[in-house]
Amino acid sequence: MQKRAIFGGTSLPYLLLLPQLFVVAVFFYWPASQAVWQSFLLQDAFGLNTSFIWFENYSELFADAGYYRTMMTTGVFAVLVAGLSLSLALLLAVQADKSIRGAGVYKTLLIWPYAVAPAVAGVLWIFMFQPSLGVVAQGIRAMGWSWNPLLNGNDALTLVVLASTWKQISYNFLFFLAGLQSIPRAVIEAAAIDGASPTRRFWTIILPLLSPTVFFLIVVNIVYVFFDTFGIIDAMTQGGPSKATETLVYKVFFDGRLGGNLGSSAAQSVILMIMVVGLTAVQFRFIERRVAY
Amino acid sequence: MATVELTNIKKIYAGGVEAVRDVSLTVPNGSFTVLLGPSGCGKSTLLRMIAGLETITSGVCKIGDRVVNEIEPADRDIAMVFQNYALYPHMTVYDNMAYGLRNRGTPKPEIDKRVREAAKLLAIEEYLTRKPRALSGGQRQRVAMGRAIVREPQVFLFDEPLSNLDAKLRVTMRLEIKRLHNRLNATSIFVTHDQVEAMTLADQVVVMNAGNIEQIGAPGEVYKHPATRFVASFIGSPAMNLMPGKVSDSGVVETPGGKLPFDAKRFSASGEVDVGVRPEDIHVSSGSNGFSFTPELVEELGATRLLHGNFGATPIIVAIPASGTTHENREMRLSIDPAAVHLFDRNSGRSLAR
Repeated sequence: MQKRAIFGGTSLPYLLLLPQLFVVAVFFYWPASQAVWQSFLLQDAFGLNTSFIWFENYSELFADAGYYRTMMTTGVFAVLVAGLSLSLALLLAVQADKSIRGAGVYKTLLIWPYAVAPAVAGVLWIFMFQPSLGVVAQGIRAMGWSWNPLLNGNDALTLVVLASTWKQISYNFLFFLAGLQSIPRAVIEAAAIDGASPTRRFWTIILPLLSPTVFFLIVVNIVYVFFDTFGIIDAMTQGGPSKATETLVYKVFFDGRLGGNLGSSAAQSVILMIMVVGLTAVQFRFIERRVAY
Repeated sequence: MATVELTNIKKIYAGGVEAVRDVSLTVPNGSFTVLLGPSGCGKSTLLRMIAGLETITSGVCKIGDRVVNEIEPADRDIAMVFQNYALYPHMTVYDNMAYGLRNRGTPKPEIDKRVREAAKLLAIEEYLTRKPRALSGGQRQRVAMGRAIVREPQVFLFDEPLSNLDAKLRVTMRLEIKRLHNRLNATSIFVTHDQVEAMTLADQVVVMNAGNIEQIGAPGEVYKHPATRFVASFIGSPAMNLMPGKVSDSGVVETPGGKLPFDAKRFSASGEVDVGVRPEDIHVSSGSNGFSFTPELVEELGATRLLHGNFGATPIIVAIPASGTTHENREMRLSIDPAAVHLFDRNSGRSLAR
């Protein structure tokens, strides 16, 4: 690749970059810097008086047991959703990769949930599991299990985890299927001749060769849980009951929008931003290297 | 070591495509058998059925004394070398070779001994700790062979193992496979579309076409006495000249280019036939006998010279030793040895040799 554009001087290249930089600046850097600025401010309840308070918003957050609980909830939520959706998607992809009758239909159907908007997905699931109306909830109750996601925190978390997992399986499935299809058939056949049982083949050949996909999806799934599950949580539980399903991003919304505490909300979003930057850095630096076997 | 016996093997795919139709073949213990044919002739499918990677639609496949139709590839005691090597990209060369032994629970010291022996035999000792991506094509091919050797299987299967290598390396590896076979003396089945590979490696060549076996024989045999028109045209380079002809009595066949004498004792032919003459069996005639030929194009190959021209209306190729000069578009006289003329049935394509 020795193709290089030659520019006389530096003004034209900068000029050409300008629209892109403008878009990034307006839609990313400006709001981000606003958040950082906000996180250093304290506003009175009527928005009339604003004072600069340095890191007080942050120190207050880190002194708050509620914030750690939300962090824990988010952590548990992330591990459960990422773990469940990754393993289920992998299982489905491995099955779909076999030459079966109707594989095309099967694959298409598995991809559909991804096209459902998070809020709609939330409503769908709440309809099924709503304690007094839900079809599934009635079934569960008929089995003698007291099921009430509106009152029981664990039930609510289970429900949100299930809905979020269901929503994410399609995405993971697609990537796993593509990953599986890029493994040369002959390698699998060689392993079969080499006396590896299907299970052993999976653990010693297929999974190691899929590891780039797995690592990529882990990062994507964590980001998904951190941010994109907002719609599902908002539609299903609004973070309740008694904050049992409140994740970090939902708390940002709750404290800032409903609680009116813009400073704390901004500080929380800055912390979230740092987490995601960290995750992305890990993906680029560490994982991309491990990927090359 | 074992004999491989195929009886009435058929492969029909789900879509109704008949890849292999009724093939019977015996690969004797310790032989090097080459399945040769154009792409799509079913040779790879046949090999994969022996390996257990394809189900057998009907027929019996025996390795040694066992019918293996329903036996898993792992339990057939075979090893296979693939066209694209199929090495495990995430494992070192050592682990690639040890994988099959580990799966079978071979004790560690034994694995180590066998891997090192095979590595020494193939001259890849210094690469044992490398990953396949750090190896050249030839080295990868050696690793693939090493992986097969360490298992000490009853039968080696090769699926076009040389076709991904460059021309020079292919010749070297071909010799090495031959040497290896002479040393290990293991029953080997080798699939290729390259007749030179087939002729040089095989003690038994199986020529296949459209899912059928056309001829089974030693390399010299299939060259000298092709059983069908297909074998005649497929084996030999440049290909055998073929033209329509009509047998009149007394050992003469009339072709559009003129009358050709043939060895009447060898054939039971009459009526419409196809006549075949190898380019190298046509000679420059010293006197005025033979037939007239005007080369339109001369290809110089160093040791031989190829003359392209017409015999009657049929384009033919003549291969002569490259001595003196041959001028394009200058008439010359050629003769054909009657003993070198082949006759084939016009309809069935089978040789009419007795």
